[in-house]
Amino acid sequence: MALQAIAFYLMAAVTLASGFAVVSARNPVHSVLFLISAFFSAAGLFVLMGAEFLAMLLVVVYVGAVAVLFLFVVMMLDVDFAALRQGFARYMPLGGLVAGALAVEMVVVSSTVATQGAARLNDNPMARGAGAAANVTNAEAIGRVLYTNYVYFFQAAGMVLLVAMIGAIVLTLRHKPGVRRQVIADQVARTPKSGMRVVSLKPGEGVSE
Amino acid sequence: MGAQSFWATPGGWTVLTVLQILAVMIWILLSLAFLLLADRKIWAGVQMRKGPNVVGPFGLLQSFADFGKFLLKEIVIPSGADKTVFLLAPLVAFTLGFGAWAVIPLAPGWVVSNINVGVLYLFAISSLGVYGIIMGGWASNSKYPFLGSLRSAAQMVSYEVSIGFVIVTVIILSGTLNLQQIVTQQSGGFWNWYVFGGPGGLTAKAMALVMVPMAWIFFISGLAETNRPPFDLPEAESELVAGYAVEYSSTPYLLFQIGEYANIVLICAMTTILFFGGWQAPIDFAFVHHWPATGQSFYGFMWFFLKVIFFFFLVAMAKAIVPRYRYDQLMRLGWKVFLPTSLVAVVAVAAWRVFGMQA
Repeated sequence: MALQAIAFYLMAAVTLASGFAVVSARNPVHSVLFLISAFFSAAGLFVLMGAEFLAMLLVVVYVGAVAVLFLFVVMMLDVDFAALRQGFARYMPLGGLVAGALAVEMVVVSSTVATQGAARLNDNPMARGAGAAANVTNAEAIGRVLYTNYVYFFQAAGMVLLVAMIGAIVLTLRHKPGVRRQVIADQVARTPKSGMRVVSLKPGEGVSE
Repeated sequence: MGAQSFWATPGGWTVLTVLQILAVMIWILLSLAFLLLADRKIWAGVQMRKGPNVVGPFGLLQSFADFGKFLLKEIVIPSGADKTVFLLAPLVAFTLGFGAWAVIPLAPGWVVSNINVGVLYLFAISSLGVYGIIMGGWASNSKYPFLGSLRSAAQMVSYEVSIGFVIVTVIILSGTLNLQQIVTQQSGGFWNWYVFGGPGGLTAKAMALVMVPMAWIFFISGLAETNRPPFDLPEAESELVAGYAVEYSSTPYLLFQIGEYANIVLICAMTTILFFGGWQAPIDFAFVHHWPATGQSFYGFMWFFLKVIFFFFLVAMAKAIVPRYRYDQLMRLGWKVFLPTSLVAVVAVAAWRVFGMQA
């Protein structure tokens, strides 16, 4: 148990420190790298809680896909930090207010959840997590809940993502006339016969079309 | 009795696990030394050259000579480079290349960490491989490495999608994310391998129609994922000199190279485990079951090793005989061919699992 506590505090500290570094780093690429480190230690925290499925998903989705795209965009942008920092003093009060409100909300919610969870644990020691009782794996437990109780929300989330994807495509789609495109079917269908002509020439004569 | 209780204590467990990790790592590093040579020899053989043949008998010690050379050279860091990220990148590539091997079942019971989400872990680690390359290319602060790393990022992200869907087909058939269980389910003979539809008698063979192309897509996507020819556009030497590795020299370059080869062998191992029965023998000889457990383990390990080497041979042959793809062809193949095909396959396998499997 002591070892788990050490691991928890270590990973929580790394998460917080990298989270802080995300906003304080001068170089945007470093910010993204710190963000990745934060995701990673959060995944470690999930593993500590016994939610290895969520941990892996966090790594696959956020680190493996989302952060790669972040990095992709940030690397190609030339961000002018002097301009970004100009309005810092002006936006500080509002930003501080939002951050404070978020922090209070998070503390309230997590303390409520913790109280409820502790009460349930005292009630029934078998209910320690959905997986522990029925001897099913994490992935199974999540799948069962996701496709029964929350199936409509799950489908709705999928639809929202689909709409967002189509929206992004519609917004960025441009039909440029006069652009030569590769037609793969034509390229594949090309044979030596259609692509080349053998002409026999007499010396001193050119090729006439 | 004293020894037994020692292994059961936390300290003993740590020692045991560290020893297992070391054993796996040393085995991979040694195999890589010879696989690298085999890669060059096969390439040379196809082109009717001899390949490396000077160091040691048949050039067998060539990789070790290269290793010494890499270690003894000077590490050059470009003056405009982001030093920390520049040096971190090869470490990331190397660590990820080996981290994935923790969940690979090498033989019955031979696995460092038998976790329940092994497949997801593998997928997660292999999707992180892109970071080493992006970080290296960006930190070099130079044009060609940057272009190479951008290409590589786009390519790996694209092919990960189809790899993911192909893995999902196997997961749906097997019903588990545990690699050891996936291999165990494929016992009994080669007709029970997931490439031929998995266990379940003659009716399961209908799924071979879907799973054979899936194995093929997985292997090709694996080539793209590991930046191997014909998809080695991130380091296309005629366009980008050496891509993301232009500014690297000495040990950091060596780490990149070892990480890359570890990933290639990992893809071969994943193909073996997911589709070709892992450590299961193609024909289940009855007499093997009477052997002691250790003997059976070594027997299984032999089959696993042989299969991995076979797939590595295919990878090496692909390098020698297939011309490099154009970038638009690469993207077309990933998004317009593999992605729809694997999506349809996921639907087909899921439908079969619900409606056809119990019959």
